[in-house]
Amino acid sequence: MINLEINTDLATTILTGFIRSELNRMGFNRAVLGLSGGIDSALSCYLAARALGPENVLAVRMPYKTSSADSLEHAGLIIDALGVQSLTIPITEMADGLIARFPEMDDMRRGNIMARCRMIVLYDQSAAFNGLVIGTGNKTEILLGYSTLYGDSACAINPLGDLYKTQVRQLSRALGIPSVVVEKAPSADLWAGQTDEGELGFTYAEVDRLLYLLVDQRYTPAECVEAGFSEPFVRAVVRRIQRNQFKRIMPPIAKLSNRTIGYDFLYLRDWGT
Amino acid sequence: MKCKLGLAQINTVLGDPEANLARHLALVEQARQQSVDLLLFPELSLTGYVLQDLVPTVAHRPAADDPLFAPLLEASRQLDLVVGFVDEDSRHRFFISSAYLSGGQVLHVHHKVYLPTYGLFDEGRFFAWGDSVQAFDTRFGRMGMLICEDFWHASPPYLLWLDGADVLLLSSASPGRGLNNSEHLESARWVEHINQAYASLFTCFVAHTNRVGYEDGLHFWGGASLCDPNGEFLARGPYHQEALTIVDMDLNQLHRTRARLPLLRDERTALVQRELNRILSGQNRSSGR
Repeated sequence: MINLEINTDLATTILTGFIRSELNRMGFNRAVLGLSGGIDSALSCYLAARALGPENVLAVRMPYKTSSADSLEHAGLIIDALGVQSLTIPITEMADGLIARFPEMDDMRRGNIMARCRMIVLYDQSAAFNGLVIGTGNKTEILLGYSTLYGDSACAINPLGDLYKTQVRQLSRALGIPSVVVEKAPSADLWAGQTDEGELGFTYAEVDRLLYLLVDQRYTPAECVEAGFSEPFVRAVVRRIQRNQFKRIMPPIAKLSNRTIGYDFLYLRDWGT
Repeated sequence: MKCKLGLAQINTVLGDPEANLARHLALVEQARQQSVDLLLFPELSLTGYVLQDLVPTVAHRPAADDPLFAPLLEASRQLDLVVGFVDEDSRHRFFISSAYLSGGQVLHVHHKVYLPTYGLFDEGRFFAWGDSVQAFDTRFGRMGMLICEDFWHASPPYLLWLDGADVLLLSSASPGRGLNNSEHLESARWVEHINQAYASLFTCFVAHTNRVGYEDGLHFWGGASLCDPNGEFLARGPYHQEALTIVDMDLNQLHRTRARLPLLRDERTALVQRELNRILSGQNRSSGR
C-alpha cells in the first residue's frame, strides 16, 4: 500500500528540534536561507522561524532579471507572515558578468550560474549574519538529482531532505503556509514559464508514489511495474536516481595511506558536541 | 517490597565522558532528593551513541580507580545506578556496556550481545560482541540488564527470565524512524509493544529508558517506561525531551500476578533444551548462527 501521509505534528517536533540542536551544537543560534517564493524554501523558513524565533532567521530574496514578479511577492508574503529578518539582493549583475562572455550559453548553464550566485550570496550572508545556511531540497528532488551541485543544494543542514514533495505539501498546509504558495506549480524560475513537472516529464504526485515503493519499500523495478506503474516511467526514474548519485555524496578521495578521509577516518559532524 | 525507580532520559555530548559524567551526577542528585532507590540511564549514556572512530578514546574500566567510575561508585552509596559506557577489556576489546553500581561496588556488567550492523547501524564494525546473558542479585531482588538490540531478539529476555530475573532493566539509544500518519514513530511503537509483551509473557517488570537529543541527522525519541507483570504501563516518560520519570515499583505484584498466572512455574525448560539440542544439531539448519 502506498501511503505518503505523515503525522505533521510529529514531523514538526522532530524537524524544529533538529534545526535548533544542530545549529546550537555548532555554536550558532541563527539561520540564513534563500527564499524563492516557492513551497520548499517557505517550509524551511517556517520551520527555522519556529525553531529559532523569527528574529534569528534571515530570509534572502535573490531575483534575477528574468525571475517572475510573483516569486518576489510570494516570498514577501512568507516574510510578512513570519516576521523574519529579510534582505533582497538581486543577482543579475553578478550572474550577467559571466553569462555575457558566452553568448551561446544554454539555459542549463545559465540556470546553474544563477543557482551558484545565490549560493555565494547566502554563504556571504552566513558570515555577515553569523547564521548557518538552512537547506531547502526535498527527498524527491535529491533522489532525482533535480538541483544544481554547489548551488541550491549547498547548505549546512537540511531539514527537508527526508520528505517527499507530496509530504512537503502536506506539512506546508499544516503549518499554515499561504495557499497561493502551496498550490502553485513548482518552478526553478530560471526562465519564464519553466515548471519542474514540465521539465521532468511527470508530476510529483506520480513520481513520489513510485519513489516510495522503490526507495522506502525496497520494491524492485519489476515489482513496481507489477504494482501498476508504466515500464518506461519506472526505467526512466531508476536511471535518474542512479545517474545522480554523484550529487548525493562527497567527492571520492583516492586511497593511498592506511587511513583515508571518508573510508576509515570516521566521525560524525557532531564530534565532541 | 517497594523500589522507587528513576528513569533518566538524557541527551549526551558525543565523545566527551567527563561532560556526560557531570550530567549523570546532576541527575543522581535530583533523584536522591526524591528518594529514588534505583536510577537507570540509557545506552552509552556516558559517551554518546554514534562513536565510530571515537570508540577507543572514550573507553573506561568500571573500577574504583577509574576517574569516570570513582564518582559514580561514590554516588551509588546513596542509590543504585545503571550507567551506559564503553568497556575495554584486558585484551583491548571494546564493548557497548551497562554497569549496575550499588553501595560503592560494581554488582554486574553486561556487554551487549547483539550488535546491529545493518541499515543505519554499524555497531559490529566498531565493537566486540558480548558473550553472556546473566541475571544478578540486587538489594531489590534478581534483575537482568539488556541493551537495545539485545531485546529486539526474544532469546536474551527469555534467558534472563530463566536465570531468575524478575526485573528487566533495558536501555537504548534508539534512533527514531518510520514516520507515517500514526501518532508515534514505528520504532517507538515497536519497542513499546515488545516491552509490554515481555512483561506479559514473563510476568515480570520491564523498565526501559532511551536517549533523547540528536546526533547529526539522527534523533532519539525518549519515551522511558515501566511495565508491570500484568503488561500494563505504570509510567511513561515524555517523547523527544529530557526527563526524569519516577515511579514506585511494588515488587509484591510479582506474587499477585504469578498466583493468577503461573507461566514461570509451568515453563517446560527441559523440553526447550531437548528441542534446542535437536534443532541446533540438525544438519539442514537454516536459521541463526
